[in-house]
Amino acid sequence: MKEEIVIAGFGGQGVLSMGKILAYSGLMEDKEVTWMPSYGPEQRGGTANVTVILSDDRISSPVLNSYDTAVILNQQSLDKFESKVKPGGVLIYDNYGIHTPPTRTDIHIYKIEAMEATFDIKNAKAFNMIVLGALLKVKPIVSIESVIKALKKTLPERHHHLIPMNEQALQMGMGLIKE
Amino acid sequence: MEEVRLMKGNEALAHAAIRYGADGYFGYPITPQSEVLEVLEEQRPWETTGMVVLQAESELAAINMVYGGASCGKVVFTSSSSPGISLMQEGISYIAASEVPALIVNVMRGGPGLGTIHPSQADYFQAVKGGGHGDYHLIVLAPSSVQEMCDFMWLGWDLAFKYRTPAMLLADGLVGQMMEKVILPEPRPRRTEEQIREQCPWAINGRKNMRKRNVVTSLELDDELMEQNNLRFQRTYKEIEKNEVRYEAINTDDCDYLFVAFGSMARICLKVMEIAKEQGLKIGLLRPITLWPFPSKQIKEISQNVKGIMVVELSAGQMIEDVKLAVECKLDVKHYGRLGGIVPTPEEVLESLIAQFSINR
Repeated sequence: MKEEIVIAGFGGQGVLSMGKILAYSGLMEDKEVTWMPSYGPEQRGGTANVTVILSDDRISSPVLNSYDTAVILNQQSLDKFESKVKPGGVLIYDNYGIHTPPTRTDIHIYKIEAMEATFDIKNAKAFNMIVLGALLKVKPIVSIESVIKALKKTLPERHHHLIPMNEQALQMGMGLIKE
Repeated sequence: MEEVRLMKGNEALAHAAIRYGADGYFGYPITPQSEVLEVLEEQRPWETTGMVVLQAESELAAINMVYGGASCGKVVFTSSSSPGISLMQEGISYIAASEVPALIVNVMRGGPGLGTIHPSQADYFQAVKGGGHGDYHLIVLAPSSVQEMCDFMWLGWDLAFKYRTPAMLLADGLVGQMMEKVILPEPRPRRTEEQIREQCPWAINGRKNMRKRNVVTSLELDDELMEQNNLRFQRTYKEIEKNEVRYEAINTDDCDYLFVAFGSMARICLKVMEIAKEQGLKIGLLRPITLWPFPSKQIKEISQNVKGIMVVELSAGQMIEDVKLAVECKLDVKHYGRLGGIVPTPEEVLESLIAQFSINR
C-alpha cells in the first residue's frame, strides 16, 4: 500500500495540521510516513500545501509532481494541482470560493461543502477535520480510530476535551460524500 | 520498547543533542532551521541535564562561543543556514587549526547572498573544500532522512572527538522541514569534569594537581613550528580518509546508469529509479554519506560497470567535480541541478538523464 497525497489551500485553513494528523494516524498503523510542508512566508495568508505519503515500504522522495489524491481548498490550489493528479486518481475540493471548477474526466472528482458545513455548526475550527473526514470516506487509508488515537497523542492534555468535537467533525465530513 | 515518533529533521537533531549529553548550544535563528533553537528552548535541558542553550547576538558570537566551549573539552554545537554559516567561517578555521572538536549544523538554503529560504545544496564547496582560510578539512556528514538527522549528530560528535577536528552536518531545508518517523537514542548523562580531564587531556579546564599548562590556540608565529602543525593536521586528515568514508549503494550491482546524489536529492533520485524501473531502465544510486572524506574509490569501482554517471544536486554543479576526479574523467559524467531554492521533480530528473545520454526508450 502506498498513497501519495497533496493537501492545498489558504494559510490558516489548517492545511498543515490536517496533514500532520493524517501522518500521525499512519504512524498509529505502523506505516512509513513523510510530511513535507511548503514553508515560509506563504503560510501567512497566502497558499499553503503539504505532501503526505503513507506507505508499507520505505518512502523515496518526500516531494512529488503527481499525486494519487489531491485535497483542494481554494481556487489557486485547484489551478495548480488539478493537472497533477495521476489518471484514475482522486480530487476532492471544497466548493467555497471556487469560480472555475475542475474539468478533467480521467480522474474521480468529489465536490464537498465543508466550509458551508462550518457555518451551519458555527465552528470554523472544525473545517480541516470535516475535510479529513471526507477524504477518509473516499479513501479509507487510515481508520477513524487511528485518527482519534493520533489526536490523543498530539494534542496536549488540556485540549483532550475537544476530541469528541473533532470526531463529530470527521463523521460530518464523511457524510458530505455522496455516492 | 523504543518509541517511534514523528518529527521534523530540525526537531530530531535538537533532541539528539540533548540525549547525547551535549554541554552547550549557541546559535542565532534563521530559516529553515529555527526549530533547532525552538525545540531546545521548549525542552529546557538546563533544568534537567544542565545543558546551556544560548541565543547569541550574532553568528560570529555563536561560533566563537562554540570555540570556547570546545577548547574546554565540552560537547558543543551550533546550527545555522547558509548566510549564517558564511559568517562563521573565520571561527570554523580557528577551531580546525586549534584541533578542538565541535559540531556545526548547516541546514542549507538557496543563495548566494541572503538568497531564499528554500532548499539548496550550493554550500557543498564551502563545506568540503574548507570555507574558511588555510589547509583544513571538516568531516562533512550529509543526512537524507529525519532518522539520519538524529543519528548523525551522535556520529558527528563521536568523530569530532576521536580526531579532534570540527565536523559539519550538511543538511538542507527539505530534510530540516519534513517530518518522518524517528527513534531517538536512549539519553546519556553529560560527562563529568573528571571524565573530561581523562578523555580530553588537552582541554583547558584548570590545572588540577598542578599539571602542565594546556594552551589552545591557532596562532604560531614560528613558521617551522606552524609547518609542523600543518603536517600534523594532514596526517589526521589521511587517517580520516582511510577510516571514515561512509556511503549507501543501492542497485549498483546491476545498473546501466548511476546517480550520485546526497541528502534530499538522493531521496528524489530513489523516486526517479522507481519510475525508471517501470520503463525498463536500470539505474543505481551511490549516496555519499560523508561528503568529506569522499567515497571516490567506491564511485570509481562502480563506474567501471556503467554506461554513464549523472550527478544530481541542488546546485549548478559542485559535487560533480569530485565525481569527475574519482572516475579520472574515464567516463562521461553529466549533471542535473536546480538552483536558488527550487527542488526538481523526479520526472524532470529522469527526462534529463534520458536526454543527456540519448537513451532510446
